[in-house]
This record gives sequence, structure tokens and C-alpha cells, in this order.
Amino acid sequence: MNRVLGVLVLLLTIFGLNCAIDLNYATRWSNVKEVLSQQAFFAVLTLGAGLLIISGGIDLSMGSVVGLSGVAFGVLMRNGVSPILAVLIVLMMGIVIGSIHGLLVTRLKLQAFLVTLCGLFVYRGLARVLSPETRPGMQQTVEKQPGCASQLDFLSQLLTGRNLERDFGFPMMTIVALVLAIVIGLVLHGSVHGRYWYAIGRNEQAARYAGINTSRERVAVYMICSLLASLGGILTFLDDGSVTPESTGETWELYAITGAVLGGCTLRGGEGTVPGMLLGAAVLPLLKNLINRVGNLPDVREIIPAIDPVIPILIGLTLLAGTIADEFFRRRGRRT
Amino acid sequence: MSVNETTPLLEVRDVVKQFPGVRALDGVSAHLLAGEVLAVVGENGAGKSTLMKILAGVYSLDAGQMLLEGSPVRFSNVADALKAGISLIHQELNLAENLDVAANLFLGREHTFGRLGWLQRRSMAAEAVTLLKRVGLPAELVHVTVDYLSPGQKQLVEIARVLSLKVRVLIMDEPTSSLTQTETDRLYEVIDDLRRSGVAIVYISHRLAEVKRVADRVVVLRDGRVAGELAKEKVTHDNLVRLMVGRELKQLYPRTRVTSGEVRFALKQEVGVSFSITAGEIVGMAGLVGAGRTELAEAVFGIRPFVGEIRLDGQPLSITKPREAIDQGILLVPEDRRLHGLILEESVGFNLSLPNLEDLKTRGLVSRSRERTLASGAVNRLRVKTPNLRQTVGLLSGGNQQKVVFGKWLAREPRVLILDEPTRGVDVGAREEIYAMIDQLASTGVAIWIISSDLEEILGMSDRIVVLHEGKKAGELTRDQFSEEAVMRLATGAGVGQGH
Repeated sequence: MNRVLGVLVLLLTIFGLNCAIDLNYATRWSNVKEVLSQQAFFAVLTLGAGLLIISGGIDLSMGSVVGLSGVAFGVLMRNGVSPILAVLIVLMMGIVIGSIHGLLVTRLKLQAFLVTLCGLFVYRGLARVLSPETRPGMQQTVEKQPGCASQLDFLSQLLTGRNLERDFGFPMMTIVALVLAIVIGLVLHGSVHGRYWYAIGRNEQAARYAGINTSRERVAVYMICSLLASLGGILTFLDDGSVTPESTGETWELYAITGAVLGGCTLRGGEGTVPGMLLGAAVLPLLKNLINRVGNLPDVREIIPAIDPVIPILIGLTLLAGTIADEFFRRRGRRT
Repeated sequence: MSVNETTPLLEVRDVVKQFPGVRALDGVSAHLLAGEVLAVVGENGAGKSTLMKILAGVYSLDAGQMLLEGSPVRFSNVADALKAGISLIHQELNLAENLDVAANLFLGREHTFGRLGWLQRRSMAAEAVTLLKRVGLPAELVHVTVDYLSPGQKQLVEIARVLSLKVRVLIMDEPTSSLTQTETDRLYEVIDDLRRSGVAIVYISHRLAEVKRVADRVVVLRDGRVAGELAKEKVTHDNLVRLMVGRELKQLYPRTRVTSGEVRFALKQEVGVSFSITAGEIVGMAGLVGAGRTELAEAVFGIRPFVGEIRLDGQPLSITKPREAIDQGILLVPEDRRLHGLILEESVGFNLSLPNLEDLKTRGLVSRSRERTLASGAVNRLRVKTPNLRQTVGLLSGGNQQKVVFGKWLAREPRVLILDEPTRGVDVGAREEIYAMIDQLASTGVAIWIISSDLEEILGMSDRIVVLHEGKKAGELTRDQFSEEAVMRLATGAGVGQGH
């Protein structure tokens, strides 16, 4: 609970600083819905990464799965598959990818870090093989398959709040993320399986001696994680209007892990909560916002002409500060 | 060594050590002369290990004094004690399993040259051979990775490492618990050798025969105090037990004999072990460390592959995973409580409900109230001393931790209960309660299989004893044949053909 409070304070601080620099930050709807959308998108990936970290696993391939899924979604549709069916196929692909990871880790006892690192390369390559010439996108899809326009428009409005003309209505991704968070929260905090994941993350052997089918549970978490990454690919396609096989999703797995860790998941396993993950995921877009805003101040501009390169530095330092604070409180907690 | 005959080499006066909830040492005084072997005996939880750790600088003392050759000393860490020539050989071995024997012997004190500290492998290997010879290990082992050694060989390597230091006081904590008979004999020779060269040895042991063989003097600890001291001539079984337990053995072990019922559990292997347990019977399984007792129990429980036949109430069973064993009512309290029995960082409630969650579901979710009922029921029934159900299990005392491990299973209906070292690291009070509970479970018809290295416990609790030697059954003893000697003869492989 302390951990959730900590990230909440961090989030409010960054939010407050944003508001201090830009007085209309919180009231300009166009701005608010952009930020909410980004936060929601990261929340989808962070939930997957967080579950896996809680159960003692890790997935470095999430970003590549996002890229592959976005590309596959576009390629399926431009070849005549209906958008709804394409969604189902892509999600199914995510589940298959996750189960491959899970089986390699549990049956062959390979290290998750390595298995998913291999995945990171393989799925990126597959994405480029699927669409070597062009960037799949809404425009391209509608040109090649005019018939699917209405379904695609419906899907896009439902999941992201943007229509085919890219007009942005309500940030629907927020709803998507919240629904997912509620479902995952119920499973993690209320069901037998969630309990098993915490147990496995802490001490897989003891879980096994308690009669838990640890392999099955772990495979399930890998499946959920990749499934969420695939959903992330579809959301990216719809939200951005197109995807780039070479780069869409690159390093996003790291943002997902960052969000989860900020939100209270420790890489030791067995710790973390859904509310924490949501807050952790919400920090990064706000932080980027803040840095950009500071960079645009005339005084700062004179000193630092380009603020963009500073962003990753500050994200890294924020995570480091969070980790140090966490360790500090952990030790103090142990002493008392 | 020119130590004054009358001044003890090492002495402790009125030492007190307090742990959360337990006064481990409560005013202990003892002394140690150069060139003598002092045996320290006592039950689990009597304070032996704590005293040893204070001597070796692992713990600091809360009150009292420690004197080295008559002058007060204070060790704030192990390095201080080592500098003073006091060395402890742990019960749990502290070897780097991934390195070879020579590397382990010189770990932290490598022979080097140059500023960068280049290793002088040849000179270390040469000295290592000499050290190995002293403890009776073959020279070929020098470059063998420790991982490949038997438990007994590892123990001897640990002793060899200490020999390379300039020791004046050597503390050995149950050094023979993993040794074969030949290795034990070799160890006795090493001890005699050290004694002759003026080294003082503190020897902790459970086994009376052993104490009689090596000790010049025996100090008995009970509940953190010195219960008495015996000179070599006075060491008899009765004297020791009277001091250790402070009462008749029968009182600690409440085993009430029950007329046994039908065969509940039967195990049959082509090569290896075959035995059966009737409903309401307690079968003890003895053997040296490495005899395969734990492995057999884990195989029956579905943790590792099992070769052979298991029958439960006459029905053949095939168990490939723990869930199947649990569903049949075959339950295991594992040997390593901290690694396999509990999730230490989680709460008492979390641990108690973990194997029973499937039964606590209402509409797909875990019912918190039913979970609480189950957990508080177990806590009350077993009298677990915990402030509440949210208490982290790792913070409880060993005895209360073990009660939680039992509690995980008591919510189910056990038919066969396998207890692997059920009282290891458990204080005397909790031991009594655990024994009473085992006895009570047996009286309700549960078949109980106790694996233990504590001979007193095996002899005190069992209706029948099966002894293993190197993965095979060496013999079976009925109650009228029970004695420490009979068990040890079978366990060391000396008496195949004994018993049935």
C-alpha cells in the first residue's frame, strides 16, 4: 500500500508541475484526452509486464509483439480479412506466442530473459517479412479493401475514439484500459490464480510442494502478457493510423517494465498491485509532457536547444530514484 | 603451545543472548582447556548453536563475559574470532559448490603474487594435497568441483579448510551427521591428532556413542542454561538423558500404543525400499544423510519420478504430481521448511490457505471470510503463537513456523502424513506440542511416516523403524528391538540381515 501511495505522490507532483508551467494543462480537453490515451496505452502493456513480474517472469519481446501484431493486423485486412476477424486472429497469435514463451521457460527450463530476448529479434524480423515494402495503415487498408471501411471505422471508434478521418472524440483507450484493469485486478487480487502467481513469484518450490501446478500457472501468465502486447499492436494501428514494421513498439517493453516497477512490482517477484501498475503507467506520459514543456520555456531553450534527447535520461533517473526510495523504505520497514 | 595448565584457553561467564520471543542463553558459564575435547549436548533449542555462534563471533552477547587465556575479549564479527584462532565448522556446509576443492580450501586466502593478485595454483594445489591427506581424502580430489563430492566428503573438505588456518579452538557442530562409518573413524583420528597438538575442540553432537568416544568432558545445556557437567567416566546414557531432558523420555514422547488396523499405505520397489504402514501406525525411517529417505518421500509425493508401486487402502496409485498426492490425502511436511514448506515473506494466513484455496472458492473468487475461518481455525488448533493472521511467517520462531506447515495440511483429511524432519530447529516446548499432535493424528487412523535424523525422536515416536542405507532398505526394527545401536548398525551398512 505504501508503494501505491509513493507512486501516487510522484504522479501528482509531476501533474502539479505540468499545471504550474501551463495553467490550462488540466482544462484543455484536447490535451487531456491525448495524455489519457497515452497513459491508457501504456497501462495495457504495463498490466501484462506487471503480472509476469509478479509471478517471477519477464518479457523483453513485448515491444516486438506490438510491432508484429500491428503489422499483421494491417496485412490481414489489406488481404481481405474482415477487421473483426483480423482482431481475433491477431489476439490468437499473441496467445500462441505467449504459450511458446511459457512452454520454453517451464518445460525446457530456459531462462525467461533469454527466451524473450530471442523473441524480441524474431518478431521484429517477422514484422518486416510480413510487410517488406510498405507501412500498413488505415488509409492503405481502405484503398485496397473499400468494403471493410465501415467495420474498421466502428472498431477504431470503439477502441480509440478516432474515426477514419482521424477525428478524435472521447479517449476510448482509457475505457479499454480500465475494463482490462478491473478484470485483471479481480483475477490477481480475488481469484485462486492470482494468489498462486504471488506464491510462485516468491517461492516457486514452496508453491509446488503446496500442490500448485506451477508450470500451468506460469504459462498462463506468459499468454496473458503476450495477448496484451498483441492488443497493444492493434491499438497502435488504430490510434496512429499506421505502423512501421521496422520500429513500431521498439523499446516499449522497457517502458512497460518501468511502469510496473514504478507501480510497485519488484523484479524479485511476488510483489505488486493493479492500482500500482495503473499509476506507474500513468507517470511516463506526464513526465514526457513535463520535460517537453520545460524545454519549450524560452529561458531553457537558450541553454538546451533540443530537449528530446534529455527525455530518456530523466525517465531513467526517475526510475532509479524510485528504486532507491523503495529500497530505503524496505530497509527501514525491516528494522522496525 | 605454552598455555598455563590452570588458566582455561577459553571461558564464558554468565552469557545471556536474547532473541525476539526467546531467551536462547540464560546465564551460561563454561570453560575450555587447551588440548581437550569438550562435548556440548542438549536438545534442539537448548542453546547449543547459539553458544557456538557467540564463541565464533557470529552473534554478539547481550550480557556476560568471554575470556581468552584469562583476559576479556569481545568479538564483533567472525573475522575477529578467526584472528583469535577460533574457528567454527557449520552444520550447514559453507562451500562454494561451483569451485574445485583447492579453490575452496584457500577461498579468501589465496596464494598470490604481484599487485594484481595472480593466483599461484601450483603451490595451493601442493598444500591442498597435504591438507586432504590429513583428513583422509584422496589427493585426486584436489581439482574436483565440490558439487560432485558426497556430503561426507564435503564435510571433510570443510574440516581440511579449518586445519589450514592457525586454529587454537575448533568448534564442530554435528560433524558426523553426514559421514559414513569409515569417514567418521577418520574424523576421530583427525580429532585425536589435533588434541595432541594442543588444539581445544568443542564438539556438538546428538549421538551418545560418539560423545563417549571423543569427549574428555561433557557439558549439558537445557533451555538456555547449563543443566550439568559430566566427566568422561560419568558419561552414561541415563545420566545424559536425565540432564538433557530433565524428565523421563516417555514424558517428551507421548506415543500411546494403538492396536494397528488395516494396511493403509504400502510401497514396493524392485530395487530399493518396500514397507507398509497400517492405519494409526507411526513408522519411523532412519538412515544417514544421503541414504535416500527424503528423495523417496518426495517421489511418493510426486515431486520427483517414482519407480515402483504404491497402494493406498489396497488400491494401486500412480502419482505424478503433488496435486494428485494431496487429493488422495497423502501429505508431505517437507524437510526444508524455509525453502519448500513456507513462503517466508508472506503472511501466516496466506501460507495456511495456499494448498486449500480451491476449496475456498465462492463464485470463482477466493472467499476472504472462509479463508479467515480456515486460517484462524488452524492457528487455534495448533496454538501457533502469532499476533494475527497477517504476520509475516518468516518472523515467527522455528516451532511456530513448523506448526504453520502442519496447519496447511490439517484442513484436509490426511490419510498418510509424511513428516520429513518434523522438529528440526524447533524448540523443546513446540516439539512437545508437535509430538502430541502427531500422536493424536495417529489415533484418528492416519498412517504416519516420520523421517528423522534425530534418533531419540525416531525411537521415542515410532511403532516400527525402517532403516535405509544407500538408497536400499537395510532392515526393519520392531519396538522390542529398538536401540540406538541397532539403528546405527543398520544405517551404516554394518548389519544387513538384522531385523526382518
